[in-house]
Amino acid sequence: MIETGLDIQEGLLFDSSHDVSGASVPRAFTGEVPNLRETKLGFPQLSELEVVRHFTRLSRKNFNIDLGMYPLGSCTMKYNPRVNETISGLGGFSMLHPYQPESMTQGALSILYDLEQALAELTGLAAVTLSPAAGAHGEFVGLKLIKAYLEHHNLSHKNIILIPDTAHGTNPASCIAAGFQVKSLPEGANGVMTPESVKTAMSEDVAGLMMTNPNTLGVFEHHAKEIADVLHDQGAFLYGDGANMNAFVGSVKPADYGFDVMHLNLHKTFSTPHGGGGPGAGPVAVCERLKPYLPTPRIQREEDGTYRVLHKMPHSIGLVKPYFGQFLILLRAWAYITLLGRDGLRETSEQAVLSARYIQSQLQDVFQNEDAAPCMHEAVFSDEVLKGTGVKTLDIAKALMDFGFHPPTMYFPLVVSGALLIEPTECEPKAELDRFIDVLKSLIGKAKENAEWFTDRPTQTPCSRINEALAARNLDVAKPI
Amino acid sequence: MGKHVHESCLYTKSHEWLLQHESDTYVMGISDHAQDSLGDITYLGLPEVGKAFKAGQVIGFVESVKAVSDIYAPVDLEVLEVNSTLEQAPETCNHDPFGKGWIAKIKVTQSEQLSELFDAKGYEAYLSEEQ
Repeated sequence: MIETGLDIQEGLLFDSSHDVSGASVPRAFTGEVPNLRETKLGFPQLSELEVVRHFTRLSRKNFNIDLGMYPLGSCTMKYNPRVNETISGLGGFSMLHPYQPESMTQGALSILYDLEQALAELTGLAAVTLSPAAGAHGEFVGLKLIKAYLEHHNLSHKNIILIPDTAHGTNPASCIAAGFQVKSLPEGANGVMTPESVKTAMSEDVAGLMMTNPNTLGVFEHHAKEIADVLHDQGAFLYGDGANMNAFVGSVKPADYGFDVMHLNLHKTFSTPHGGGGPGAGPVAVCERLKPYLPTPRIQREEDGTYRVLHKMPHSIGLVKPYFGQFLILLRAWAYITLLGRDGLRETSEQAVLSARYIQSQLQDVFQNEDAAPCMHEAVFSDEVLKGTGVKTLDIAKALMDFGFHPPTMYFPLVVSGALLIEPTECEPKAELDRFIDVLKSLIGKAKENAEWFTDRPTQTPCSRINEALAARNLDVAKPI
Repeated sequence: MGKHVHESCLYTKSHEWLLQHESDTYVMGISDHAQDSLGDITYLGLPEVGKAFKAGQVIGFVESVKAVSDIYAPVDLEVLEVNSTLEQAPETCNHDPFGKGWIAKIKVTQSEQLSELFDAKGYEAYLSEEQ
């Protein structure tokens, strides 16, 4: 009998509650203050050890980058260097309170200021807000800044944002949330946007275009500059979705090819924890024209080298997140940037592209994908090779888990049939890339010979094949307390 | 695994079907090819009864485990009735896309637009071309 240790059925804390308290409540809260509650609080009652065991067991069922390769395309699941954790764990940072007087927080303010400067330098843009809490929040803030500019300049009729059909799903959602309308743009040959298609879609009412570069097919939008010119000629903005910035940090500045505003996912490009280990951070970099509208608070560096916090700015869109966003996350990104430096960051991106291109080159004959343009940081394959086998992209992804890999992004981008979008990042050693390539090759071979083999995959995981449709149709995640 | 194409329906490029009920009333849904590409359907956003749409406008959406996809008006139309059983059992669209998985009963307000839609043969050809 083999005991894997992973098959412990872990219930909810609520179910194992047995009237034992893990915390002793100070007398002041028990004796002198009358208890106004008529019913018991419904929190689980367990000892500290029981709670620790519960979460440790759950963590053993989980998969993360510290356990194995996590090639989730467009998500940049990169390793979070431990030095980031050491620095953000220092008491001087972790015990700071945002209401401490400025005189006591000069060090923290200088780090935030320096991070803003570094991100402005890397994007080539004029100023940065660190407030947004995640990528989609950054999109929302960036679009709100465009909206604020247009309203301030009596251009409110400009209310359409163009979005290519390879875009992340958050792009149209952010547009609607920020009060714009969306117009979809078809992609051109090889998935690259063309100035002609943008010209055709242009009108006086277009406020801007959202571009992800490299796009979600992992291909560089080499017409970006011409497209920016088309937009700028009509007073529209080019918004940059920075989700794929890991492809070019330090070698290209997006402002040089016309980006006016851009969010950066620190949890992707700048190695802060990601995928259940968040929270994220989605700073927004802007051109000079949008700078007056940036959210508050802002940090100003005085002539004597001290830092001052400005809570009121005349044209600001106001507060989008309390204080300065996710401070300890911003600190990790600052540590990463500072330790790698300009050359280190550039080499990191070059390595990320090299790894993805290696995967593309090794797998393109197996996936019958020889005509694809050379990819940047991620490689996409269609399900062409699976047609007629009865095996679907989902089955391949499920089977990958049995070999210790987190599945790549599936069925995205939508323009690729049965897409597998693979992003290895710069972190994976070549031996691990080779193992991944070998496993995928053998799975494609198996799909052609023995489709049956896939039906009950995965078998080596804490849960076997999950009925995803049932989970979505009958969502049940709440426990009444 | 040939996709089923219902003989008597008219089809759009975005994979909706229309079937004549009586005179200018039609029933519409999504094709077998559409449900198969989407995978297990988990939710449907149904149009509002009584509302009028122009051809090509978004009248609702289909959410599956893979993606969310819009449903477009095949022609100018007015919504007469929706299949509210889909709210509880969206999977009906997967099992019986041309039957119990119908989405709406509509009144076609510009009947000449019907001639721009595919018939079964034309749609079959379009599908094999798209592959």
